[in-house]
Amino acid sequence: MSSYISTTPDDLREMLAAIGVGSIDELFAGIPEGVRLDGGLDLPAGLPEQDVYAHLLELARKNVSAEDEVTFLGAGMYDHYVPALIDMLMSRSEFLTPYTPYQPEISQGGLQVMFEYQTAMTELTGLPVSNASVYEGPSAVAAAGYLAKLANGKGRFVVSAGLHPHSAQTLRTLAVGYGIEVVDVPLKDGVTDPQAWAAAIDEDTSAVFFQNPNFLGAVEDAKALADAAKNSPAVVVGQYDPITLGILAPPGECGVDVAVGEGQALGNRLDFGGPSFGFFCATEAYLRRMPGRIAGETKDVDGRRGFVLTLQTREQHIRREKATSNICTSQALNALGGVVYLSWLGRQGIVELGELLLQRTHYARTTLAAVDGVSTLHDQPVVREFALDLDVDGLAGVERVVSRCCAAGYNPGYPLGRDEGGHPTGLLVALTEQRTREQVDRLAEVLAEAVAAERATATTSTEVPA
Amino acid sequence: MADASYPEGLLYHPEHDWAQIDGDVATFGITWFAQDALGEVVFFEAPAVGSTVTAGEPYTEVESVKAVSDVIAPLSGEVVEVNEALGDTPEAVNEDPYGAGWMVKVRLSDPAEKDALLDRDAYVATLS
Repeated sequence: MSSYISTTPDDLREMLAAIGVGSIDELFAGIPEGVRLDGGLDLPAGLPEQDVYAHLLELARKNVSAEDEVTFLGAGMYDHYVPALIDMLMSRSEFLTPYTPYQPEISQGGLQVMFEYQTAMTELTGLPVSNASVYEGPSAVAAAGYLAKLANGKGRFVVSAGLHPHSAQTLRTLAVGYGIEVVDVPLKDGVTDPQAWAAAIDEDTSAVFFQNPNFLGAVEDAKALADAAKNSPAVVVGQYDPITLGILAPPGECGVDVAVGEGQALGNRLDFGGPSFGFFCATEAYLRRMPGRIAGETKDVDGRRGFVLTLQTREQHIRREKATSNICTSQALNALGGVVYLSWLGRQGIVELGELLLQRTHYARTTLAAVDGVSTLHDQPVVREFALDLDVDGLAGVERVVSRCCAAGYNPGYPLGRDEGGHPTGLLVALTEQRTREQVDRLAEVLAEAVAAERATATTSTEVPA
Repeated sequence: MADASYPEGLLYHPEHDWAQIDGDVATFGITWFAQDALGEVVFFEAPAVGSTVTAGEPYTEVESVKAVSDVIAPLSGEVVEVNEALGDTPEAVNEDPYGAGWMVKVRLSDPAEKDALLDRDAYVATLS
């Protein structure tokens, strides 16, 4: 087989002549010889297509999906059941293939999906305005920071250590660009330290950020956190897991100005980390400062119901230099999955799912904390996720315990020591409705064996005589 | 929407703004032509009282169904009052651009700048 891209010596000569140089060397003469590639690239020879396919298949088989193991891995993305209905609707070509599904007057169906999605999200969050989605959770958080900066021009973000580390990092990156100082507030007993939080908020606070349930799965007192910012100019931003909003007080009732989060849990598969969608809901006061697009309902000249993109004038493609965000797309297809999921689940279903997760999370925490060498990292009320502390030697010990469990077909969770400032011997365990009581019981056995084996190895190694 | 009009006695900036000077304070707004070009005004972003505006520079934005546009200050000074009513009724800019649709009152820092502005006839001439 020949090289896939063929450039004949004649092609080369013709191209060089067209730009007025005689040879390749002459073309690159401006680049010092020392930094020029000397000789060919060290690449393997080409392969026949069948061999490439076989090789890729072999690589693909090394992936372990949530269907190959029993997974308690969460930390932002969750293994919920995705009903067949969602795939059926998401794969319809009207939704799957349009490049710009929002073009007004062309795609009424696409616009209606956005409108219905927004309606569902406002009901879920208790906030009056929703956009048609953004890329994912962390960029939604960062966009909320930009909204605050535009709204009040203040110079400081106050960030709870309970915020997802990816959100905190994304926000921090944005803050550098805008010259905004970030003040971190630590957790105390698993939740945002109320004294430190209140003390950090002042006249120059542009926005405050917390997560509920927080990164350690603990339920925060959202109302108290929001109240603490009441007498400051700060925009109150809460990151939420939408699945828990059937049982937690809606952000809109807690004084939260902007509720953001990752929408993957709503009808989107894990898909090895994406794509998914971020949601962004706010009070009416911030309607004109929201990133992305909003679909609105209207009537045409004959009085028939129709849908349009509204507040378009603020969008990047019209006013680049004054755009309220750099987010020029929505995740329309993934958001479609979200609204279909919420419709499938229904008003009562989201409450029941929340209650089920609450019960299973507490059962799992009690069961796993009873394992020898395992304790809870905090004793706050939790929903869907909780943090354990393993009596092993640091992050490396936790990683080995996780590997042992995975080898037994059970992924026990996310080592918290992987994140900067994260508890080194912490393990974050997540539940979905797919995890049964029997699987939790079995995980307790697998974890007990893994922790015991780790502690035995550690003991042996420390007892090695000098 | 009001009929086309360009009252005598106002000073005009070529970027379609008007100013009415009363002592050391001037009231600013946009002309009939500007509101007509914008279409239905849906939002007026009030600048902060106490902020400074510079002649020829944007001091705020108006948003219509079609576009968001800068509003240019015809004269320099300090904002002493903003038309808060436009928050609820931005359409006043369309209905009464020289009356209820006024935008800000500014204490002038350099009253001599008014010499650079146009009178009614000179402004109307720029529109044809």
